Amino acid sequence: MNKKQKKMLKRILISSAMMIILGFLPLEGILKFALYMVPYYTIGHDILRKAYLGVKNKQMFDESFLMAIATVGAILLGEYTEGVAVMLFFQIGEWFQSYAVGKSRRNISQLMDIRPDYANIKDENGNLEQVDPDEVAIGTIIVVQPGEKVPIDGIVTEGFSTLNTSALTGESLPRDVDEGDEIISGCINMTGLLHIRTTKEFGESTVSKILDMVENASSRKSRSENFISRFAHYYTPIVCYCALALAVIPPVVLLILGHEPMMGTWIYRALTFLVISCPCALVISIPLSFFAGIGGASNAGVLVKGSNYLEALSYAKYVVFDKTGTMTQGVFEVSGIHNATIPENQLLEYVAHAETYSSHPISKSILKAYGGQVDMNRISDVQEMGGHGIVARVDGVEVLAGNDKLMKKYGVEFVPCNLTGTVVNIALDGKFAGYILISDLMKPTSAQAISQLKKSGIKKTVMLTGDTKAVAENVAAELKIDIVHSELLPGDKVDMVEKLLNGKSRKETLVFVGDGINDAPVLSRADIGIAMGAMGSDAAIEAADIVLMDDDPLKIVKAIKIAKKCVGIVYQNIYFAIGVKVLCLILGAVGIANMWLAIFSDVGVMVIAVLNAIRALNVKNL
Amino acid sequence: MKKVYKIDVDCANCARKMELAANETAGVKKAVVNFMTLKMEVEFEENADPKSVMPTVLENCKKVEDECEIFF
Repeated sequence: MNKKQKKMLKRILISSAMMIILGFLPLEGILKFALYMVPYYTIGHDILRKAYLGVKNKQMFDESFLMAIATVGAILLGEYTEGVAVMLFFQIGEWFQSYAVGKSRRNISQLMDIRPDYANIKDENGNLEQVDPDEVAIGTIIVVQPGEKVPIDGIVTEGFSTLNTSALTGESLPRDVDEGDEIISGCINMTGLLHIRTTKEFGESTVSKILDMVENASSRKSRSENFISRFAHYYTPIVCYCALALAVIPPVVLLILGHEPMMGTWIYRALTFLVISCPCALVISIPLSFFAGIGGASNAGVLVKGSNYLEALSYAKYVVFDKTGTMTQGVFEVSGIHNATIPENQLLEYVAHAETYSSHPISKSILKAYGGQVDMNRISDVQEMGGHGIVARVDGVEVLAGNDKLMKKYGVEFVPCNLTGTVVNIALDGKFAGYILISDLMKPTSAQAISQLKKSGIKKTVMLTGDTKAVAENVAAELKIDIVHSELLPGDKVDMVEKLLNGKSRKETLVFVGDGINDAPVLSRADIGIAMGAMGSDAAIEAADIVLMDDDPLKIVKAIKIAKKCVGIVYQNIYFAIGVKVLCLILGAVGIANMWLAIFSDVGVMVIAVLNAIRALNVKNL
Repeated sequence: MKKVYKIDVDCANCARKMELAANETAGVKKAVVNFMTLKMEVEFEENADPKSVMPTVLENCKKVEDECEIFF
């Protein structure tokens, strides 16, 4: 609770207590009026002031105005208890709303508390000095101690440690870093001392970009929010005039018809009508739902750049993927050893030794798969044959490692491979000994993501890639993607997305998920562009509307579920609030509803709507 | 020129009103209020001085929402 809320709570409690005491006293006439004015003033003086200022500044039709008119009217009619009660409950509702918002704001800002306040650099004497991260130039060595946040993106030059990335990715699994590894700002260093050479300025670092993105999220408003703004703009004056009509027309008509005009009754009804019609529940709960939804999403490692995107995402029916780096890991790894005539690890050992001197990415991936130490003394006569492969002696055995051409050249009979990927055939002393298949590995959750997308109501999944047809179709078949287009240039991808955009109905939206630089035009062309965060290029992150902080494709499903929940809550609140109000307005107009029901339909509905809105914050079990 | 100011306001709707009021102030090109982070980002017109524009922005915001505050 902040100071304001504490003060308000005191006012609420004091005036409630006074009302209870006054309820037991047998009071009459001017004394009653005077005594009831005390709690009324205690609880309502700021509302009355606001209403007065509103009228003065020609901004009259707001909630304060409605409340002031309704309560003053009730008091003039002699309904002191009800007049004060309306004000009291209105304030309770406001207080509750402010408390709830404050709480969810704190929750969210805690989650987003990734802004580093300082960077450590070493001065001439080797002592650590804290400086403003904004003042650190590119290429400076900064020191990050255990427990501190990494302030600027860079490369580790000294030390190793475990990083907590949960603030960025929502992933609780820690990540290890070692010398030479890239490190992104916003992670928390957990165990060891790290020296980092910065590669970016603070303003360009990941952490600054993320904060920027979240802080600017509210500039892009959803259709629902705009609808409510416009709605409130017309609604409040209309209601005021209706109430006025309700207070004046029936008595006049009754008078003309020669009956008793019953002025008091009709004014009371008009006031009830005013209280019921207060639009607070809507104008408060809808922005709050989006606010909570975006907050909850960032907690889960899904950054949304505006509530309009969250809304659009909830109507997603088509999901288009890039292949490399989105569905696959984008790094080449040994995916299998086949037709081996000797034990696989032994075969790998021979090849790894033969490939030691090569800097080819394929050699690197073989060495990585081998993982053991390479003993240089065991290798001799290394010969790299461009476009073919490598010939070398390992432990005196002649090792041939290369493509089909190399095998043919040396007259080795080999088993041709019909799997997709890059094949390294191996022959030992002139005899075929098997082959190693190297391919871009699928992300472990890709297939699951596709099947869950289908379950969550996505009509069509499409994959667009620049890769060869064979590889693309293989991946698509494995993941059960509906449509695949391969061998595309970046421009072709845009054309494909255009075609899909033209083919869908207006209520459906198309999502494009990508990571590379060449995806940026497609990301901005699609209804919603989702960029894979950590691996994604800066250009893609800037062009995208939603950024997944880790590269897990399952987060796409999560993002859609969060969007659906959030928009679902918004609609529930719209229907619920308008429904209850219309019902009560009708009852109020014909005189069935009294002031107490009116209070419920104003404050009660608002409290329920606010509580419902806050549900959007909880996205854990989606 | 763009500047970000910390603000204080009670409800989302009031924040929206502040945003409208700020946008209608002379010297302000575009103003965005973020209720979530309680910040107001103001983009000023060229050759407008933030020091002289901001008091007017606050004044206009106070007109629509009495209990708001901008810290500049």
